[in-house]
Amino acid sequence: MSTLNQFLFGIYPYIALTVFFAGSLLRFDRDQYTWKSDSSQLLKAGQLRWGSNLFHVGILGIFFGHAVGLPTPLVVWHALGLTPTAKQLLAVIAGGAAGALCLVGLILLIHRRLTEPRIRVNSRPMDMVVLLLLLAQLLLGLFSIVVSLQHLDGEEMVKLMTWVQHILTFRGDAAGYVADVSLVFRLHLLLGMTIFLVFPFSRLVHVWSGFAAVGYLVRAYQLVRSR
Amino acid sequence: MKIRAQIGMVLNLDKCIGCHTCSVTCKNVWTSREGMEYAWFNNVETKPGIGYPKEWENQDKWNGGWTRKGSGKIQPRQGSKLSILMKIFANPNLPQIDDYYEPFTFDYEHLQSAPEMKAMPVARPRSLITGQRMEKIEWGPNWEEILGGEFAKRGKDSNFRDIEKAIYGQFENTFMMYLPRLCEHCLNPTCVASCPSGSIYKREEDGIVLIDQDKCRGWRMCVSGCPYKKIYYNWSTGKAEKCIFCYPRIEAGQPTVCSETCVGRIRYLGVLLYDADRIEAAASVEDPKALYEAQLGVFLDPNDPAVIRQARQDGVPEAWLEAATRSPVYRMAMEWKVALPLHPEYRTLPMVWYVPPLSPISAAANAGQIGSFGELPDVRSLRIPVQYLANLLTAGDEAPVISALERMLAMRAYMRDRHVEKRENAAVLEQVGLSALQVEEMYRTMAIANYEDRFVIPSAHREYAENAFEVRGGCGFSFGNGCSDGQSEGSLFGGKKKRTIPIAVKLAGA
Repeated sequence: MSTLNQFLFGIYPYIALTVFFAGSLLRFDRDQYTWKSDSSQLLKAGQLRWGSNLFHVGILGIFFGHAVGLPTPLVVWHALGLTPTAKQLLAVIAGGAAGALCLVGLILLIHRRLTEPRIRVNSRPMDMVVLLLLLAQLLLGLFSIVVSLQHLDGEEMVKLMTWVQHILTFRGDAAGYVADVSLVFRLHLLLGMTIFLVFPFSRLVHVWSGFAAVGYLVRAYQLVRSR
Repeated sequence: MKIRAQIGMVLNLDKCIGCHTCSVTCKNVWTSREGMEYAWFNNVETKPGIGYPKEWENQDKWNGGWTRKGSGKIQPRQGSKLSILMKIFANPNLPQIDDYYEPFTFDYEHLQSAPEMKAMPVARPRSLITGQRMEKIEWGPNWEEILGGEFAKRGKDSNFRDIEKAIYGQFENTFMMYLPRLCEHCLNPTCVASCPSGSIYKREEDGIVLIDQDKCRGWRMCVSGCPYKKIYYNWSTGKAEKCIFCYPRIEAGQPTVCSETCVGRIRYLGVLLYDADRIEAAASVEDPKALYEAQLGVFLDPNDPAVIRQARQDGVPEAWLEAATRSPVYRMAMEWKVALPLHPEYRTLPMVWYVPPLSPISAAANAGQIGSFGELPDVRSLRIPVQYLANLLTAGDEAPVISALERMLAMRAYMRDRHVEKRENAAVLEQVGLSALQVEEMYRTMAIANYEDRFVIPSAHREYAENAFEVRGGCGFSFGNGCSDGQSEGSLFGGKKKRTIPIAVKLAGA
């Protein structure tokens, strides 16, 4: 059990992250023509306006919540005057709200992809895989709220934070911190790492470009290239 | 002053016969691929009509082009940079493919494989997107060909603004003209300004606007930004594509495919020198009717020694300076002022210009009530309303259109008098302010229109050219990622397999 635990939560994260970074870099360098958001809006907008906006707003909220909440050390939260309990409550409320928006959007998008004939026939299998992976991960995340509401002391959350911080700082003992957290959390972690794993092989690479597009705000309108 | 050179185009609508040869040859060369079947880099529309995609000129609907803010600055009509980024998840201004048309093929095989039947077998349409039967084809790039369809629909043409259009729906008063359309390769393109990934750019050396296919991320803001709707989203590759002004041909000193194959010899290509520092001010003038004159103010006289000196400093090659002095585009736009920009009110400073068409004198005028203006018939008695042409070409200002039409009429009258009456009709020239020498040049360029007078294209200069040694063993001109088209079977990164649509038909009871 501990060997499996060590592999899944001590080694698999590094495999996933390596594939994520190296794969993204290789694809960007070798096959940039395939690097795109792969929008299907032209063929039939349908529920896209609600679906895509809700989904993206929700998932960006979730993304930044995780990106700020997990790696920030406890001492910083203490300095800000947040106890683990208060922080957990904040995460539950903010995450729950963003998750709900994201869930509605995602269901609309899945429904659209399956029921619009033009979009269905032009979907790659990977498009569906990504949507279903995200749906499963989102449901696990929302379900974990129920679990955390049963113990409001923030103890489980601190374990998860410590795991993330130990993974990111290359300390070998990370797996031990999540060995006994609730199964929902462990599944959520595993699926999360799997999303990183498939990222470079799917349309998810457009996330990189979405963040890069913020540079548009400070760019001149006109672009001229000389040889 | 920062001088750049651009290859511009003029289309003489007076001679367009609406044969679609330009569209077909362009399609054969550039867009006969999956994902681009619906896209026509060049298409010919019959005006009046709402065109392709539907109502492309109605910017209240599509929000293309630029808008001038109260502060005097311009920004894309679809929104500020922040607002464009906010629309990235679902673009509210993006046309649907049905606004162009659903691409289709026909069940040709059925013509050969149908069993014996009472009725002749027919090849019915089938969608190229889904492979499903299409009961009806609804629209296309030339759907209103020769005034096809009822006036109620065609009358939605935005160029009817400020015109009492009802009478033009009557058979006796009807009028039409052809409008071949392609990318305008603007000086102030909204597509470039709208692209969040910065993949669209204008080439410094010849002004051609291109999309870097590797850098395009498919955010689709260029499609809605372009007021001419001449950027197309390739639904198969997920990248935007547009007219490339046949740059591989231009670089070699050859005309674009549409120009080369034009049966009516209506197309002209030539160098224009312009001052890049004046672009923003010209595009920002307050009165839309002043935009045409403002754009003329951006172009520079290729014979002016000061311009030549500065151009050399800015790196314009000698061959381009020489070509600029012989440019038919410069003469038609700047010297004779017979060529006008398409919809200058979009503030994009377009670089494909049009000579307005003459049309028959209307019936009332023929019956002896003809209004005349000195030596010339009154251009207001021409069948195509001047206001309509002005709405198309000068943001509604009639004066430049009237001047252009009168100069063309004067050229005809003068040359007819010379060849038929054997006299020099100086009066008609005086009326339109042209010299005999100018009219002879106009006649040579616009009426005779020899190949070498229509196309004055300097080949790409050595300094501009790629280092041939570095591209040895390359794949030449190809779509996609160098030698890979990004669609190879089993690509690790999401390339998809070639898809064939089965078009065998199962007949009931067969």
